[in-house]
Amino acid sequence: MISVSSFYISLLLFLIYLQAFFIFNQKGEVLISRLYRTDFKRSIADVFRIQVVSNSDVRSPIITLGSTSFFHVRVNNLYVVAVTKTNANAALVFEFCYRFINICKSYFGKMDEESIKNNFVVVYELVDEINDFGYPQNSEIDTLKTYITTESVVSATQAPEVSSRITAQATGATSWRRSGDDVKYKKNEAFVDVVEVVNWMGSAKGTTLRADVDGHIQMRAYLSGTPECKFGLNDKLVIDRGAVGTSGPSSGLADRGGGDAVELDDCQFHQCVRLNDFDADRSISFIPPDGEFELMRYRATSNIKLPLKVIPTVTEIGTTKVSYDITLKTTFSAKLSATNVVVRIPTPLNTTDVDVGILGTGKAKYVPAENVIVWKIARLQGGQECSLSAMAQLTSTTTRQVWARPPIDVDFQVLMFTASGLIVRFLKVFEKSNYHSIKWVRYLTKANGGYQVRDSLIKDVHMCIDRIAHFS
Amino acid sequence: MSQPGQDAKFFQRGKIEEFRAELLAAETKDKKFVKRKTVLKKIVANITMGMDMSPLFPDVVQCLGTPLLEIKKMVYLFLVSYGRSKPDQIHLVIPNFLQDCNDRNPLIRALAIRTMSYIPIPVVTEALSDNLRHALKDRDPYVRKTAAICVAKLYSADPRKAERGGFVELLRDLMLDSNATVVANAVAALSEIGDRQDGVIFKLNLATANKLLAAIPESSEWGQIYILDSLLRYVPERHTDAEMMAERIIVQLQHGNSAVILTTIKALLYLMNYMENRQLIDYICKKMGPPLVTLLSSGPEVQYVALRNILLIIQRRPTVLKNDVRIFFCKYNDPIYIKLAKLEIMYRLARAENAKEVLAELQEYASEVDLDFVRKAVRSIGRLAIKVEAAADDCIQALLDLIETKVTYVVQEAVIVIKDIFRRYPGKYEGIIPNLCENLDALDEPEAKASMVWILGQYANIIDNADELLDDLCYTFLEESTEVQLALLTAVVKLFVYKSKVDKAKELVHKVLKWTTEEADNPDLRDRGFMYWRMLAINPTVAGEIVLSEKPPITTDSDRMDRGALDQLLLHTGTLGSIYHKNPETFIRNAAGKALKDSPALNAHSRAVLIPLARTQLPSMGPIVVAGPGPTEPQAQSSPVAPLPPAKTDVDTSALPTQSSQLISPTQDDVANDQDETEEDDEPPHSTQASKLDPYSNLDNAFGGYLADEPRPMASRQHDDDDDLLF
Repeated sequence: MISVSSFYISLLLFLIYLQAFFIFNQKGEVLISRLYRTDFKRSIADVFRIQVVSNSDVRSPIITLGSTSFFHVRVNNLYVVAVTKTNANAALVFEFCYRFINICKSYFGKMDEESIKNNFVVVYELVDEINDFGYPQNSEIDTLKTYITTESVVSATQAPEVSSRITAQATGATSWRRSGDDVKYKKNEAFVDVVEVVNWMGSAKGTTLRADVDGHIQMRAYLSGTPECKFGLNDKLVIDRGAVGTSGPSSGLADRGGGDAVELDDCQFHQCVRLNDFDADRSISFIPPDGEFELMRYRATSNIKLPLKVIPTVTEIGTTKVSYDITLKTTFSAKLSATNVVVRIPTPLNTTDVDVGILGTGKAKYVPAENVIVWKIARLQGGQECSLSAMAQLTSTTTRQVWARPPIDVDFQVLMFTASGLIVRFLKVFEKSNYHSIKWVRYLTKANGGYQVRDSLIKDVHMCIDRIAHFS
Repeated sequence: MSQPGQDAKFFQRGKIEEFRAELLAAETKDKKFVKRKTVLKKIVANITMGMDMSPLFPDVVQCLGTPLLEIKKMVYLFLVSYGRSKPDQIHLVIPNFLQDCNDRNPLIRALAIRTMSYIPIPVVTEALSDNLRHALKDRDPYVRKTAAICVAKLYSADPRKAERGGFVELLRDLMLDSNATVVANAVAALSEIGDRQDGVIFKLNLATANKLLAAIPESSEWGQIYILDSLLRYVPERHTDAEMMAERIIVQLQHGNSAVILTTIKALLYLMNYMENRQLIDYICKKMGPPLVTLLSSGPEVQYVALRNILLIIQRRPTVLKNDVRIFFCKYNDPIYIKLAKLEIMYRLARAENAKEVLAELQEYASEVDLDFVRKAVRSIGRLAIKVEAAADDCIQALLDLIETKVTYVVQEAVIVIKDIFRRYPGKYEGIIPNLCENLDALDEPEAKASMVWILGQYANIIDNADELLDDLCYTFLEESTEVQLALLTAVVKLFVYKSKVDKAKELVHKVLKWTTEEADNPDLRDRGFMYWRMLAINPTVAGEIVLSEKPPITTDSDRMDRGALDQLLLHTGTLGSIYHKNPETFIRNAAGKALKDSPALNAHSRAVLIPLARTQLPSMGPIVVAGPGPTEPQAQSSPVAPLPPAKTDVDTSALPTQSSQLISPTQDDVANDQDETEEDDEPPHSTQASKLDPYSNLDNAFGGYLADEPRPMASRQHDDDDDLLF
């Protein structure tokens, strides 16, 4: 009944910090609506619908009309929306929306219209529990699951002692973990995944415009009791400190730690990590939540090892043809390999057809709907090299569309490789029962839409087309 | 969890009578209350869909007898939705509430007071008062933390009643609670009360502030934010107090929650105003940079908040992100709002050393699709030429290349900035004027047209056919916008001064003067016309000297918001105000303004540029000060705020940074140079007039009058009736 493309579901949430909270569906229907303050009426949802849901050119995640501000985050076909009439803490509002989305995903396996509608009563309970009068409250999933469940609870049967345990946890210093005796595993294990997303922007000449790594360390802890963990990385500041004794990082020569220490620009930690300890001696100590969580995030910009080199040559032949020669080279050892390599090479908008040839591995084809040549390589061994050559045929018709000359983009994954050089040196687990625990570490580096080369030659061709376009 | 929900089927519109009948039927033979649960779910779904379910009030309330927590929660949800509109029936549920308030289960006790406090009508608040007083001292921390927020709710419903009931003092006691979550919620509630225009003043002394800090490690991330936020209510009396406090909170910069980071930065920036230790200030600045950059790896919404704040922070504390311009290069798939925000930061961080890189990026952006983005990129190239002399040649070349593309909006932007470049480097680039003249026909926007006209008039002496070109432009004189008309008027006068012997110039000036004085409706235009006419009639030589007098060169030296306004705006770091770069009281009704408070520790410079806060709508009586036990606040109580000037008559000086720059102009020249800026906190300000003449003397003008993409609240209605178009 309404064009699908422009309508999304949303959830609006109100606090002073956020004062109301809603979810809408694809037709702009409200799925959840919780007004925390009386100075709003439900009709506020209509304003949002008009301003954002049915507006095809929304240019900000925050919209202020009069004194009323709408914050929205899109997830799948939903909008999660918070509304306020105060000078709200914008970062807090968005963090809260992200958290709410994560909670829903954890409770219902996914976050979409179907799962919200199917569980709307629980969603209301959650929305009431994690936010009171606009102030976000305890939102640790592990704790919430102890007292907000999808099963019916008969209030009379719930022993007050159980409740007291819950409340103690929800307000306690380790609100993210159930108390010691509640967590028991036969086999105590911890899995550590170091995942790095490498971003690279190369110029047409092959120089690096920017290269950086966004890393995060995901942990799955299946450890009994109240385990005290210590975690060690080849953090340059720690290694240097160790090497020069206690005289501090400034006195050590920067290169002293050699090739295997990494310089982290910044790290941020899960709630459970004791920041004071980290500040004192950069040690990472914590009592982990039970199950999966993101232990830390970090960023590195120096000595980034780029796993793939992309060498593009794009030549314009007359006005009706463009030839592409793209070479991929791996830089890592022959024992490793890159998988799921996908190269996307944009072609001009007036391309009619493309002939593609491959040297080495992979399959390539031209996708007219998106104006790109997609080249897929299932596996590329270290030390290998492969290339693609293609010839695009252009029509000479003038086109009115402006073409933004997107960069060539490469996605891939490399297991057991970190672009930053980061290594986990140890993970120690201490628990009063002194059990033995097994730890596993995996490394993964991937590129995800941020590994790109610009190509100026394409641009020159396109300048001409723009010119024609604007003259006509 | 065990069984996935299957409740989507309840999203169907139903009739009141049907639901009523179903509820009635459910009273008998309802095994495990399944029937009732089903009806209630239907009702909640219908409320969500916007149907009015309030007629079912008495029927739904009947379900409260059911011992199922799930049912109780749904009924409570119903009550929160409709309780306010049923003051005559609400008494039906009071007994249930009271019973729940005394339940053995703390979760139920908390649920009861939480629900009651959401229904702000006298019957309910009356019943709540006593129970709330008990709940604030409940042995269970979960109940206490819920009760703390209930006080804020009670206060917003009836402030005087909450004060009379002694709830504010009870809240103050909770700030010393042994449980960090309770402390944090008490602080949040007190802050809200303190921000009300008619609220109790909430300040912190050193002892209390330190106690709050001690609660941070055990608080939830949200609790940390409430506590960090409240530190701005503490005014350090000694440098060392501020310094020690900063050292204690700086570890929070490593927290994974972006709101914790930004609130920590807000508190640090605030405390720095009261510090003396240069080394520590530099250290803090160095520490703030990396976490800010890391925020750029978060979701796009948080990135946006971070970018808008970075733009403010680097104006006040340039050392925070001095060498990091590359981080702000736009990614091809960044959302447009992020690209626009990055562009401004790139321009701010551009210096001779990185100008080449920045220019290359800007050129890249100038060929993208989004109109606003392209225009802003082109304009930034021009601004870069003005800011960094070493890069001017390259920038001019880049602009000429862009003009070559003949893309109209690109050409127009280029013309606008080139006019300023001429003024910045007189006598250097006039050689490119012919290139501009070739594109005269492409100009159809007032600002671009006016810029071109200005160039034609100003350099009429070196443009051989200036008279013809201006004559052409004057054909449509009467249809032009005022901006262009004014420009044309001045330009033909200049032309005449240069070439008074040429008939065409004489003819043209006469024609235009006649139009402006006889046919123009705009009074400014007419007045200026008369003025020129008289000047030319009385003494053409003097007129020439006046019209062509030497212009002060444009600089970007003080291309920043002034210091006092910045200091004030940074008190709102991370909030909506920091996104729009406006003080909240200027765009949000009843929002509390903030100002730095003077104290012996406040550094001299900050004091000199301090913008006092005018509370606009104060109640006629003095501020309300609550006495009583608890972590009392000697200063706050013994020295109530000085009597304030009558509210309405005063122009709100704190309102607009741009306006107030007039009042505090003496701060401009110490921000003289973006590059070698060292923050001169300690030097007293000295005065200069230069900035007043500089059209770029504050932030909003950094991109000239071009504000199409500037994030800002949409115009609110002028009349003061109960808020806006929304309802």
